[in-house]
Amino acid sequence: MRKLVRHLAAMAAIVLAGGLLSATLVRLAPGFGTDEQQLDARLSPESVEALRQARARARDIPGFYLHYLGRSLRGDLGESRTLNRPVRQLLAERLPVTARLVGTGLLAGWLCAVLLAVGSTMARKPACDLFATLLAGLSLSVPAAVLALLFVFANAPACLALALVVFPRVFSYTRNLLAKSYGLPHLVTAYAKGVGPLRILVWHVLPVAGTQLLAVAGISVSIALGAAIPVEALCGIPGIGQLAWQAALGRDLPLLVNLTVLVTVITLAANWGAELAGQDLGTREA
Amino acid sequence: MKRMRQFAWLFLALVLLASLGAGFWAPADYAMQFRETPNSAPSRVHLLGTDELGRDRFSRVLYGTRVSLLMAPAAALLATFLAALVGGVAGYLGGWWERAAMAVTDLFLSMPWLFLLLAVRAMLPLNVSPITSIAVTFLLLGLLGWAAAARVLCAGARDLRDSDFVLQARACGLRGPRLLAIHVIPNLKPVLAAQFWISIPVFIISEANLGILGLGVAEPLPSWGSLLRELESFASFGFEACKLVPLVLLVLVVSSFQIIIARDEVYA
Repeated sequence: MRKLVRHLAAMAAIVLAGGLLSATLVRLAPGFGTDEQQLDARLSPESVEALRQARARARDIPGFYLHYLGRSLRGDLGESRTLNRPVRQLLAERLPVTARLVGTGLLAGWLCAVLLAVGSTMARKPACDLFATLLAGLSLSVPAAVLALLFVFANAPACLALALVVFPRVFSYTRNLLAKSYGLPHLVTAYAKGVGPLRILVWHVLPVAGTQLLAVAGISVSIALGAAIPVEALCGIPGIGQLAWQAALGRDLPLLVNLTVLVTVITLAANWGAELAGQDLGTREA
Repeated sequence: MKRMRQFAWLFLALVLLASLGAGFWAPADYAMQFRETPNSAPSRVHLLGTDELGRDRFSRVLYGTRVSLLMAPAAALLATFLAALVGGVAGYLGGWWERAAMAVTDLFLSMPWLFLLLAVRAMLPLNVSPITSIAVTFLLLGLLGWAAAARVLCAGARDLRDSDFVLQARACGLRGPRLLAIHVIPNLKPVLAAQFWISIPVFIISEANLGILGLGVAEPLPSWGSLLRELESFASFGFEACKLVPLVLLVLVVSSFQIIIARDEVYA
């Protein structure tokens, strides 16, 4: 319980620091502090002055950040400059799309990586290992944006492009982990005693490797979220990755900052969730 | 594996040499337009054909390779230097320094790389000159890409700080910069080198991703990222093999780096 509280406190501290960093970015961005309303000839000089003073108050970074935090806690994430819509509404619309894409991509990537890693380790044939390594090396060397373009050209589902981004990282880690686990003395003894390969995998290898594999699960969420930007932008999927790209091109920093903070929270939650699950698994094994 | 590593080095050396001599080999300047032959097929005059603006694709690939192959190591050098400064010094000093530095590192690591790059890139002007856009893109990669390396370097410096020979050197009266210069930095060199080599392919791929999204090196200067944007036309103009040349080159170069890195991974 104490560990959980400590984790949550650390997470809150990182999110607050990330928010401050993001708010500073918004504050320092060119064009901040100017409002086209100030040029509206219909407004009286008093109204223009009031607008100017309201903007001037936002020049003080700590004050600006506290205001930003207060608003965020009330659920008001501001308005997108380019799309002229509340950021909260945009996130609510697009987050499920990205969640579906990332979820499917992660599932497919992990499935391919684990199956190939288990297959190449159990087969113990250099040709199998070489094929798997070459496949992983090739997918690692192609940028996510190119994979997305090729998948658009081939009319293939975008989640498979995301799976190909996740696959090589998970594969190389899983293969090394399994190779290490298969070399443990008690497994050599089990082999010598004639225990079947499937039984060895399920009862002896996976429980040992499981804890460390869970740590990679957390990292793979971050990799998939990063790859979602080019995949969604180039495949025309209306998720938060595409939103981030549009925000970057339109210099819509309030939107981009909220997106970065949101993705940071998701990444931290995924990493710590994986860490806690790994610890739980380790305790149960002990 | 040794033979493959030798091939990888040889290939990288050849590509680097070809790109450095772009002014000599390239049949035209990267920005020169042959307006009467846009989108032309490969010929004797244009080995890889021309792009939609009539620019010689072979020349652009040569110049683009030069940009990516020279700037990615420069960004990697900057990232490694920052990582050594933050991680190495924090690990060596320990205590609050280490905790504070690692908290900042965690903050950077918890933000997905591309989201952070987009946020900071959007803060900077988009309508900059091509040369400035190269500097901005690779400077950003170097300034934001130090966090993972800092963690590794911090662990390495911590191990050195607690090692017997450093303890003995301290007991002999060696302190401060002298201890760092004689015992710590030379022993951190393999870790620094590994981090430097690991960063190069990461930065090459990141620049390519940014370039395809229109946030990398500005036109008319070519880089692998901007050259790969031509793949977008596959959907409307159909498949053309010569447009794949930058991709093939990028994959081969990144794979060569991966093969070279495989030896250094023990330090990473």
